[in-house]
Amino acid sequence: MELVSFDWWLFCMRWLHILCGVMWIGHLWYFNFTQTPTMPKIPTELRPGVAKYILPEALFWFRWGAMGTIIFGLILAGMNGYLGSAIKLGIGDHSTHNTTIGFGMWLGTIMWFNVWFIIWPNQKKNIGIVQATPDEVRKAARTAGLTSRINTLLSIPMLYCMAGVHFY
Amino acid sequence: MKNPLDSLGQTITLGVVLTIVVILLIHAIA
Repeated sequence: MELVSFDWWLFCMRWLHILCGVMWIGHLWYFNFTQTPTMPKIPTELRPGVAKYILPEALFWFRWGAMGTIIFGLILAGMNGYLGSAIKLGIGDHSTHNTTIGFGMWLGTIMWFNVWFIIWPNQKKNIGIVQATPDEVRKAARTAGLTSRINTLLSIPMLYCMAGVHFY
Repeated sequence: MKNPLDSLGQTITLGVVLTIVVILLIHAIA
């Protein structure tokens, strides 16, 4: 395999897609498996340490991980020649591979939308980047938290499709 | 009524159920 060959670039896009995906889903699972369940157990005076220092940093890598994942994923699908077929879930193409990757891509795209257009705008109120009343902050934190849980739920079938596509 | 998404266990269970639904849809479509 030559360094400048199409196959190498194809592999490179897949590698970058996976790197960004681990960054994204790693942080998603950190929020849902570790941070959120642990917060009520942390003494009140220590909680601002998480909210002011860890959360903004984690949200940065979380949302840009999501952006990198979708960009490299779309490039990868385009280079592989199945982007159009996957978008229409392989309907009419009789390709289990394209239907599977299509479901994975749609689930991932919904999750990316949730990150950038629901979780991040609400977290900006929660961490104080956008000014809001205490009631608005409480609602924003609730909306961001529930949407994060929806993404955790969706990540399970999404990863089945992404990893399982090589089975078909 | 409590939102099932407030429970991590129920979230994972729903994720597994959705995975089964997706597998069935894949095989129904392809």
